[in-house]
Amino acid sequence: MINLIPKRVSKFPIEGKNISPDIFAKKSAKEIATLEMWEGNRKLSIGDLFHIKVDNPSSEELTIKIEGNVSTIRNIGFQMSMGQVIVDGDAGMHLGEEMSGGSIIVSGNAGSWAGSQMKGGTIEIKGNAGDYIGAAYRGSTKGMKGGKVIIHGNAGHEAGCYMNDGLIKILGDVGIFAGIHMVNGTILVQGTSQGRAGAQMTNGKIILAGHSEDVMPTFTIDEIKANVKVDGEKIEGPFYRFTGDLADNGKGKLFVSKPKNPYLSSYDKYLED
Amino acid sequence: MTELIAKNGFIYDPLNRINGEKMDICIRDGKIVDSVKDKADVVDASGMIVMPGGIDIHSHIAGGEVDTARLLRPEDHVKDVEVKTALTRSGVGYSLPSTFTTGYRYSRMGYTTVMNPSMAPLQARHTHEELSDTPMIDKATYPLIGDWWFSLEHIRDGLIEENAAHIAWMLKATRGYAIKLVNPGGLEAWGFGRNVHSLDDTVPNFGITPREIIRGLCKVNTLLNLPHTIHLHTNNLGRPGNYVTALESMKCVEDLAREDKPVMHITHIQFCAFKGEDWGNLSSGAEEISHYINNHSHVTLDMGQVVFSDTTTLTADGPFQYGLYHLTGNKWVNHDVETETSGGIVPFRYKRSSAVHATQWSIALEIALLIKDPWKILMTTDHPNGGPFTSYPKIMTWLISKGAREKVLRKINKRARKKSLLPTIDRELSLYELAVVTRAGQAKALGLKDKGHLGVGADADIAIYNINPERADPSKKFEAARQAFTSAAYTIKSGQIVVKNGEIVKPIFGKTYWVDVKTSMPQEVNDDIKKKFREYWTVEYENYPIQEGFLHSSAPLTVKAEV
Repeated sequence: MINLIPKRVSKFPIEGKNISPDIFAKKSAKEIATLEMWEGNRKLSIGDLFHIKVDNPSSEELTIKIEGNVSTIRNIGFQMSMGQVIVDGDAGMHLGEEMSGGSIIVSGNAGSWAGSQMKGGTIEIKGNAGDYIGAAYRGSTKGMKGGKVIIHGNAGHEAGCYMNDGLIKILGDVGIFAGIHMVNGTILVQGTSQGRAGAQMTNGKIILAGHSEDVMPTFTIDEIKANVKVDGEKIEGPFYRFTGDLADNGKGKLFVSKPKNPYLSSYDKYLED
Repeated sequence: MTELIAKNGFIYDPLNRINGEKMDICIRDGKIVDSVKDKADVVDASGMIVMPGGIDIHSHIAGGEVDTARLLRPEDHVKDVEVKTALTRSGVGYSLPSTFTTGYRYSRMGYTTVMNPSMAPLQARHTHEELSDTPMIDKATYPLIGDWWFSLEHIRDGLIEENAAHIAWMLKATRGYAIKLVNPGGLEAWGFGRNVHSLDDTVPNFGITPREIIRGLCKVNTLLNLPHTIHLHTNNLGRPGNYVTALESMKCVEDLAREDKPVMHITHIQFCAFKGEDWGNLSSGAEEISHYINNHSHVTLDMGQVVFSDTTTLTADGPFQYGLYHLTGNKWVNHDVETETSGGIVPFRYKRSSAVHATQWSIALEIALLIKDPWKILMTTDHPNGGPFTSYPKIMTWLISKGAREKVLRKINKRARKKSLLPTIDRELSLYELAVVTRAGQAKALGLKDKGHLGVGADADIAIYNINPERADPSKKFEAARQAFTSAAYTIKSGQIVVKNGEIVKPIFGKTYWVDVKTSMPQEVNDDIKKKFREYWTVEYENYPIQEGFLHSSAPLTVKAEV
């Protein structure tokens, strides 16, 4: 385990691409201290920003534990493929971007773009997360391709934008356009959705187990399902199941809770034989 | 007075018929001279090849489309970042590098002159602002005139001389270098949701045909004595079966050729050499095209080589880009530039596994190798349409080495490989011929008399590559050759060493060439045209021309016209 204890709280954005088990592996505390970090336009090293404590550095599954609030540090766990990062506090933007394995656990909140373009591994955020969880880079059509993001609190807008595969589980509420441009994969929202979920989705699955502000008019009703299985877990319904987004010839499946959304009963008449 | 001498290199200077002889090149004040004093700075070029600086006749590096494409593709920037150094600025972009990065990357490959081939006249000011910000290289830009209203009207009314005087004004107003035609007539039609599909289709509202536009502007080009020929992007570009249109376009100006001089340059010929009825049975029209070129001398071509990469297509050919959008489903931009031209942008990935893309890759190389005279075919990728210009070193190795081609052939789509003519072509360009297709031929086609050669009086734009033809055959050691072409040992621009071992050692700014045509006919714009500017353009006539002082370093090329 390598412990990083922040020396101070920074007002400025810090580039933290080097905080990754792949980069820390087989390095001494001294070597780790010299790794580059940029604070705003100033080049620093990890040692300038953190006290570093190393116990048992030879362990196979390397764990990095950040003890404190690092909400201005971006790109923690960038491209990591193994090991574990624990943030005991808040993490900044782009957490676990392009990661392919290992796990990240944040006890507080995380910024936007967590799990953006990730290919594998797990990110668990105990607090809230920002916008664009598991999304594609701006302009790109390749979002999250695998792995899991679990958010215990709320998530912002456009979660899973251009998601290609994998799972995003949001136990709290979600903003607008969850699963926009989604190509494949699964998004589960337990709390309230601000609406427009699945806009321009072509495939994949979105489950809104709480209240949803709306269902896009370009989705068509299929049937009522008693429950949905997500990642081996049975989510109790019943759910209205829609297909869409028809504006993009989509075959995506949108499940919306029936009991939490009584206003959708107007769809019932289309289901009677 | 700065003096420099490049010693003991193997010189490849086709315009002066020097083929690999060991010689010294003397430089004084940015020009090549007979001799220099003993205290001149020495560049040791022993064991290296020395060529004139590379020239690119067709590369979209500036202007409205390029800039809009940059805005469209943040994901292209994030994957290719240049960090600033003590000498160079930072920049981004793989297929659409920012201006400074564009200059640096060309210079590192030993290129010293680049032509920006497509500029909507209305966007000339912006284009020149970007060109002024592009360091290291000399440059010029071609205004799009093939769908210019006044030109179309003149051609309709048979007023070729009046049109010539008007275009002389246009070239001065836009500080342009050559007459560029893109899908002539088609772009005007596209303004009304239509297109033209052959040389004899009628252009709506004008009642003339693409054939008349091409011939009209070809005559104008000759009357104006412009250094370059008309620069044509053919009708039906990018459509199966279009090699017929390309051949028709070449034939339609056959009778306008004087002596043996070219009167037409067809650009990115690969995109207009498709045989077959649809994408399913697409094949190569390289044999027909090269057969024609081998028997005629009034046309020059450039390759438009496809490189397997994630790039961006951008042309003034709006209807073509619309088709490409439907083919790919990618995000896109379509653009109409008032009365002048159109434009379209679609990101595009060329895949080895695609039969169509692999055939396209093969076509350009087939044409380049089947045309016997290297002066008639020039190396380009139509950057960034076929691939970014940074892939030139790769293409050079494909041209000089059968082994390099076979290495790619083994990995491409099976159907395309079966149809490809490349396995039957043994030709490998010599370094001398490579110097023709990458610099000497380009300078000749562009009419740049001081460039593309190393004779006394030429601009001291020189590329030195770490290839020793005495020690190793570059066609066998093509990977080493590719590395050498990627990072020039030295690039000398205007007599100064600007690149050493592939690194910028001296950032400089080049010149912007434009053609100042002296006509005996008045070039004033008449009241009728001024009125039309008021009615149809968003820019007033008075604000339209670019003042010469607006250019960072203006280099007018004065020519005397016949009108």
